[in-house]
Parts: sequence; C-alpha cells; structure tokens
Amino acid sequence: MQFMLLFSRQGKLRLQKWYVPLSDKEKKKITRELVQTVLARKPKMCSFLEWRDLKIVYKRYASLYFCCAIEDQDNELITLEIIHRYVELLDKYFGSVCELDIIFNFEKAYFILDEFLLGGEAQETSKKNVLKAIEQADLLQEVRHLIKITPN
Amino acid sequence: MPAVSKGDGMRGLAVFISDIRNCKSKEAEIKRINKELANIRSKFKGDKALDGYSKKKYVCKLLFIFLLGHDIDFGHMEAVNLLSSNKYTEKQIGYLFISVLVNSNSELIRLINNAIKNDLSSRNPTFMCLALHCIANVGSREMAEAFASEIPRILVAGDTMDSVKQSAALCLLRLYKTSPDLVLMGEWTSRVVHLLNDQHMGVVTAAISLITCLSQKNPDEFKTCVSLAVSRLSRIVSSASTDLQDYTYYFVPAPWLSCKLLRLLQCYPPPEDGAVKGRLVECLETILNKAQEPPKSKKVQHSNAKNAILFEAISLIIHYDSEPNLLVRACNQLGQFLQHRETNLRYLALESMCTLASSEFSHEAVKTHIETVINALKTERDVSVRQRAADLLYAMCDRSNAKQIVAEMLSYLETADYSIREEMVLKVAILAEKYAVDYSWYVDTILNLIRIAGDYVSEEVWYRVIQIVINRDDVQGYAAKTVFEALQAPACHENMVKVGGYILGEFGNLIAGDPRSSPLVQFNLLHSKFHLCSVPTRALLLSAYIKFINLFPETKATIQEVLRCDSQIRNSDVELQQRAVEYLKLSSIASTDVLATVLEEMPPFPERESSILAKLKKKKGPGAVSVTELEDSKREGGELNGGGDRGPDTSAMSASNAVSRHSVTSNLSYVFQSTPSPSADLLGIRSSAPAGTAPASAGNLLVDVFSEAGPAAPSAAVNDDGFLRFVCKNNGVLFENQLLQIGIKSEYRQNLGRMYLFYGNKTSVQFASFTTSVSCPGELQSHILSLNVQTKQVEPLVEGGAQIQQVLNIECLTDFSDAPLLNIKFRYGGALQNLTLKLPVTINKFFQPTEMSSHDFFQRWKQLSQPQQEAQKIFKANHSMDTEVLKAKLLGLGTALLDNVDPNPENYVCAGVIQTKGQQVGCLLRLEPNAQAQMYRLTLRCSKDSVSRRLCELLAEQF
Repeated sequence: MQFMLLFSRQGKLRLQKWYVPLSDKEKKKITRELVQTVLARKPKMCSFLEWRDLKIVYKRYASLYFCCAIEDQDNELITLEIIHRYVELLDKYFGSVCELDIIFNFEKAYFILDEFLLGGEAQETSKKNVLKAIEQADLLQEVRHLIKITPN
Repeated sequence: MPAVSKGDGMRGLAVFISDIRNCKSKEAEIKRINKELANIRSKFKGDKALDGYSKKKYVCKLLFIFLLGHDIDFGHMEAVNLLSSNKYTEKQIGYLFISVLVNSNSELIRLINNAIKNDLSSRNPTFMCLALHCIANVGSREMAEAFASEIPRILVAGDTMDSVKQSAALCLLRLYKTSPDLVLMGEWTSRVVHLLNDQHMGVVTAAISLITCLSQKNPDEFKTCVSLAVSRLSRIVSSASTDLQDYTYYFVPAPWLSCKLLRLLQCYPPPEDGAVKGRLVECLETILNKAQEPPKSKKVQHSNAKNAILFEAISLIIHYDSEPNLLVRACNQLGQFLQHRETNLRYLALESMCTLASSEFSHEAVKTHIETVINALKTERDVSVRQRAADLLYAMCDRSNAKQIVAEMLSYLETADYSIREEMVLKVAILAEKYAVDYSWYVDTILNLIRIAGDYVSEEVWYRVIQIVINRDDVQGYAAKTVFEALQAPACHENMVKVGGYILGEFGNLIAGDPRSSPLVQFNLLHSKFHLCSVPTRALLLSAYIKFINLFPETKATIQEVLRCDSQIRNSDVELQQRAVEYLKLSSIASTDVLATVLEEMPPFPERESSILAKLKKKKGPGAVSVTELEDSKREGGELNGGGDRGPDTSAMSASNAVSRHSVTSNLSYVFQSTPSPSADLLGIRSSAPAGTAPASAGNLLVDVFSEAGPAAPSAAVNDDGFLRFVCKNNGVLFENQLLQIGIKSEYRQNLGRMYLFYGNKTSVQFASFTTSVSCPGELQSHILSLNVQTKQVEPLVEGGAQIQQVLNIECLTDFSDAPLLNIKFRYGGALQNLTLKLPVTINKFFQPTEMSSHDFFQRWKQLSQPQQEAQKIFKANHSMDTEVLKAKLLGLGTALLDNVDPNPENYVCAGVIQTKGQQVGCLLRLEPNAQAQMYRLTLRCSKDSVSRRLCELLAEQF
C-alpha cells in the first residue's frame, strides 16, 4: 500500500498515512485530486478505480471515506477488508466510533493504525492482538485526564 | 466532542481542537492558529523549563496544526526531547511527531537516531516497537545507514518477542525499499525464510511481506521459501473455519496470510518437486471448490475475504499458465462473477479475465463470454466497470470475432465518457488494422471513428489509414469513394478533411469517371471546407490542389485562380503564403512532364510497426493493452523466423519494422504539414533532411537565401553522429572535422567509468581559449542525478598539430537515458568555434556479464514477464549479418553471450547486470536474426522497465 487517507463527506482530511516518500506539496496535490475524484462517485459504484498508475480502493463508513492506494500487484478485495478491519479496531477501541472520536483523538487513530499496518503491509491482523497492544500502552500512561465538555 | 476520551486526555488540546472547529471562516481559523503558534513559541522559548506533559501537549497541538495543512517550522527539538522521556505517552507523541514531520536537519537526525538506538537496546518490547515503527514510518536513507544491520539481528533472535519481530520484519521491508543496497540479508537469509514456519500467525503475516519483496529481487537466494509457503498454505486452506481462532476473519481462515502466500508463489515458476507441486495444485483446487460452496455468512466481509483468496489463486494459476484444467476452471468461475450482483466482483472478474485471454489454454473459454461482456459495456452504470469491459473485449478479440467487437466498440464510442474516448479510439484503430481481412472494412471503420469521435482521433490514427491506403492498391478506389461520400456531410470533422484531402489528392482520379464525383466536383467539395480549417489542414489542402492540377489538367484554371487570390498568395501565415506562391509558379512554368514527375503518386511507405500501438502502450499501463499484443508478438515472432500460420495479407499489414513512431509521423507530416519548402520535398529529396528538424532551419529556401549573407553563426547544435558507434565499443574517434579530431578511450568497472578524451589540433595554427565543459541534460540533471561526471579543465592553448588529453571520471548513480553533453569552445584564427557532442556514455557501459545455464536463463526470462519489463523491436538489418561480427558487437555491449541456451542456434542470448550506485538491474537479451528477410527481432527483459526501453533503442541501431 502506498498511502491511506480518511476524509469526510465535506472533503476534510481526517487522517493521512504515507508509506512512500513524497514531498508535502505532492501529498497535498494527491489528496486534493483524490478527495475530489472519490467524492464525485455515486453510491453503488465499484469500490475500485484506476488512478495514475495506482489502484484506489475506497469505502464509505457513515460520514467518513476510507481510501487506500495500492499497487498493480496488490489485491483489491483484501484491501477492502484491511479498511474494514481498521474500522472495527477503531470501533472497538472508542466504542462505536464516530468522526468526532477521530478528530479529537487523532493521535490514537494513528497509533492504532501503526499497530495494524506498518510500512504499508499488514503487521497484525488479529483484532485481539492489536487491541491488546494499544490497551497495554494505555495502561502505561501516567495521568488520566477525563475531558468533560459538552459536544458542540 | 466525545464524552469519553480514551487514554490520556489532553484538555488543552481538546479545547484547541474545539475552537478550530467552531471557527466560522478560514480567516478565523488562521487567526486562531496563529495565536496558538505564538503561544506555543513563547512557551518553548520561555525561561521556565516545561514539564513533560506540557511539552507533549504543545507538540501534539503543532502536529494537529500541521495535519490541518499548515506549515510548521519549529517544535522538532521539543519532540526529540520527548523521545528520551521514560513516560510512554510522551515518547509516543514524540515519535509520532518525528514520523509525520520528517526533518532533514542532520543534527536532529543524529539525536533522533540516538534515541531510537537507546529504545532498540532497552529490551522493553513496547519501546522497541515504538522505535521500529518510527524507522518504518520515516524510512529515510540516514535511518537505513544507522539501523539496517541491526534490525535483521532483532528479527531472527530467539529471545525477541513476537510483536517486536513483526515490527522488525516490516521495518526492514521499508528500509529495503528505500535503500536496497544497505539491507544485506546474507547470513540471515535462511532464518528469515524459516519465519514462514513460525508458530505465531502474526509473525508469519508480517514476515511474508518482507520475504516476498526480497524474493522478487533475489529469487535464487530465497527459493527455499516455495515449499515452506506451499505447506503453510495447505495447512490454512484445509483448516476448519474455527481452527485459527482470532486469525479467522468472518469464517475465512487467515485471508491476509493466504493472499500473501499465493502472492509470494507468484515470484517463482511452478515448483519442480512433484510432491510440492501436487500439494499446491490440491490447494488451488480446494480454493476453487470452496467458491462453489454456499457462503457461511451473508456478510460482505465473508465473501470479500473468500474471494480475495480466490482471485489471488487465479492470478497464480494464470502466472503458471501450465495447468489447462485449472485455467479453464478459473475462467468459468470468473464467468459466474461477470453476472454477480456485486459491482466489485464484476469489475474484478473483467479485469482478471483480461489476463486469462492471453493464455492459449483459456483464450477460447474467455471468448464464450463475449455476449455478457458486450452487455456489460452497454449497461454497466459505473464508467470504471465499462472501461474494464472495453479492455476485455480488446483482449479477447481475434480474427473470428473482430467485426462484432469493433462494431460494438464503435457504437459504444458514440456515448462513451470523454475520459476514455481517446483510448477507445486507439483500440478500435488497432483492432481494425490487425484483423482486417478486407481493407474496405478497415477504411470504413477508421472513417467511422473520425465521424463519431473526430476530436479523439490522434494524428497517429489518420496517418496510419493513409499509409495503408497508399500501400494497398486494392483499396484505393474504395477509399476515394468513401471519403468523397463522407465529405458530403454538412459538418465533418477536420480530421476527415485531412484524410479526404490527402486521399483525393492521390487517388481522386479513380472516381473521377462518375459525373457525380468529377474532378471539379471533388475540388469544390474540398474547397468548401477550406475556410473552416486550421492552418496545417489548409496547408495540406493546398498540396492536394497542386496534385489535382496534375491529375486533372481541366481543373488547372480554377485552382490557379484560387491560389492567386489575395487570401492565399498574401496570406499572413508564412507557410500558407509560401505554398500558394510556389504551387502557383510550379503550375504555370513547369511542363506537363515535369509536373507529372514532381507530383507523382506517393511511393509506398515502408512497412513498419503500427505507430498507434506504440501510442496506446505509452498511454496505458500494462493491464489493458498488453495481453493480446504479447500473445500476438509471440505469434508474429514465430512467423519472422520461419513458422507462423498467418495469411500473407495480414503479415504485410502488421509486420513490424524498425522505424519508430517518431519517424512515422514526421515522414508523413513532412510532405503535407511542416515542410517549409514544399517544392523541395515534392521533388523527392525529402529523405535528405533529418526528421524532426525545426522547420525554420530545415532548408527553407527563402530563409537560406537571405541567411547566406549573414555572418556564419557558430553552430551549437548537438552532434551525435559518433554517439551510436560507441554503444558496443569503448575506443575510437568520436568526432573529426577539418580543424579538430576527438578520440576516446574509456574503461568501466562496476558503476564507475573513466574516459580519456584526446583533442587533436589538425591545423598548424594555435587554438586559443580552448575550453570544454560537460553537462548533463534533461533527466540527468533533475533532482536524481543519474550520472556523476567529474572532470578537470584543460589547458586553454592547443598548439598546431598538438594533442591534449582530458580525463572524465564517471559514476553511474541510477539508470539513465540521456547522454551527457560535451561542449567545446575555442578560437581558431579569430573565429569562435563552438561544438557540442553527445558523449557516448550509455547505460550498457555499466554491464557486468552474467554466465548462466539455459534453465536459469529461461526461468529468469519468465520471471521478468510483466509487459512493461519487456521491450521489443523488429527491424531491418543495416549492417552485415555475419555471425562473427554480431558476436563481437554483443560482447562489446558488455553482457555475457550465452551459448547453448536458445533452442534455435541461429539466435543469440545474452545476460548481464547493470551496476548503478543505487541498485542492480538484471537484463536479459535475445536477438533473433532472420537472414532471409534481412530482419532482426530484438527482445530485452530487464528488472527495470526504463532500462529495457533504453537498451532496446540503443541496440536497434547497432545491427
């Protein structure tokens, strides 16, 4: 996998993970183009598309689009399930995840992704093992600040 | 905001994010961010030392701002400080910041590497994983230099925790991708391969990605992985859906690992060991069988995971291309998917069938689905699916169904999405040409193409129809009649006018007998389009008119009148004006005989590879185009060397030639378009001007007359005459004129080279201010410097009769196509001489010969089977086809010439590795001479596609 993007229906980027070295300028250009392309597609369309020399695999969950760019040799369907497994991990960790969880705890979303995928390849596909790693990390924390602010 | 924040909440951060979200405008957001940045800056600069928590919070805020798309130019040092914190979350945030905002400051890198080193040796698995994640996320060369030797040790050590092993494997993979030269597996190879046997499925899942990548690059060293992969796969495939516990995904056992195992096997040919192969075939059969079983769950995740494995298994079956039974089963399975209600499956089935169509075992089976595919082209709602359907139709096309497929594609074209029209046009044009039995069908098809999608018909397409019409007398009359009819349409595309003008200019006489298409009617029809056309088309039409004067003397007066009118003879466009003036003069002073000679029918074009094909290849990646081409080139190859079952008419059409696309177009356009001096080329000296010269300087009569009086401008055009002579040799005379001779001696070792240049003054007068400089043009100069050429300046005076020497040191950093340029300036008797030469530094100079057995050769040949890895040219012999001469040239190329490898003793095969600083590129070459036809077929397969292409270009000029 070359990169993964999470963005909202309004086109706001919520998470970006790049597994190939690119300049910030290129990253922004790619993001802009892809967000536009994917948002323009209608529901029920195929989840795969060719884009430049890459294959794009995307899926929408509620208000968020998960979008992966894979190479010619990579398997589209299994990538679709990579996305799903990541969603399951977020869901399990946050307890019925929503876009706001990812906005306010963006660093957690990155940490979970790193436990699951590394260098663009699946590192650990067992849900239990990934969550165990994250929970362990949470146990290591020093202070627990509970935030109590009403949702806006 | 969520009620619960897991882990460590950072209240300040949450408030800040809330604020940003509440901003009503972009300006408000920027204002808020600037305020925050100022605040953070002052905290970082403040006298009071920040505690870890605050530092973490501010670093995290900076990260958030950066991820919003704003630039962040500080905070790196604070993030680095966090790395050495012993509080996990502080360390974690530090690492995250470092991975996202990669910095190239060397002092920082040193500090980061130190922190990573500490964590790697901490024996705390959580810290080790964090450090490894950071290396994998950054993946820079500096990190590879620091850690590439350490990580394999961690990966295979007996006491490493599983989770650390997983991170280490993928970390190493990332480093290998960025700096393959620094990751040396060597002694670890076998232990890494044996990770496939690890008890922990997660370790196997991570390790296999690494092993696959390494196997692609070093198949021999890793080949023991094949049997291990087969047994692992077999265990998974035969396990019950609950055996693998948490590695079972929606009732599918270990789908990710299964896919990766099947993918790894695609790096190798079918296993030679019968037992292993039997076991693998069994696995593949089981996977195909499971596809027929009722689903264990209705969830889409279940079917996706199951089908992911199925598609990967089919890819492997196609890769082996040796089990007819499996291939046909695969095809039937895909056939079922073609009508599946899931769009994704239909898409993938169409895509996968494209590759099946190229296998001789399954081509016929694929063809049986033609109606379904045509239906998909018509009814699919998603353009990307329709595109796949069009690709598949193209791939399954052969003589038997060409007319049907072309007709369907044409009718689809009328409503096709704009994004894919050009490609569709090319495909239709290629199929029409390739499978034309009668050429009237071909002409009809192309004219239809222009009619339906004129804007998308590129020059290559209409040049090609003209070439074919000119070369085949049996279709000329029909073509003239058809274009004449097509031009009757009130609005016809400019491309139609071009084709019409050219064809009527050549063959209008063939239909002039019919009073409805008498010469004057033809002329008036053409001229009625004239004013709506662009300049190049008008220029073409003017040439058609002068041809008319020759074909039909009765039109002379009318045409002369047209030429004489102010809008022509005083046209503000120089090209048009010149044509009008010259044609008018030519028609009035030349006798009929001279006219007939000058304006004779165009001679047949030499047969050549379809330029359209080249264009399509360039435009599209592998998937869509290659399949039939590959298959076809196989067949054509057979034909070139004797066998072949094609009718003579098609072989004449598609027999490829060495002339490249560029010269195809320039050749044609030369006569009708860009020629500054039409009379010159009509007199038949067009071949004397080099193709592609800028019109302004290429023998423009008027300009030449005037420029003669001016001072002799020092020529700075690049001279590359000598260049190609040095592809297969290292020493000799590169350049010589009356003043100067330049000799070359060069030697190469690995990726380094040294070139001695000898400048000889042939006159008796001193050369003054003698300076030379070497520059690297184009891609060589771009941010990746491919070639590093160093030289010392020479003495500025060269005495009459003397020779001076200069040494160039050359380092090849990565593969390249352009050659460095040598510029020489000196004064000879007061006149400044300026000369630019292409230095004969070509990629093949860095070859290391590789000896290998026939078996190894063909195995590697097969591994390099991706269409873009291959470059092929068929061309006429330009030099002697003598065996010894050929052998000497091939040895001079730098590769090893392998005996007893090719079953046909007439053929030559060579192998070598190109050494660049960054990587090694393996290259295989096959040269098949056909003495009878005085032709060669040259095929190159290299692990890097750009190298295949470049070598093919270079070598095609050598034989």
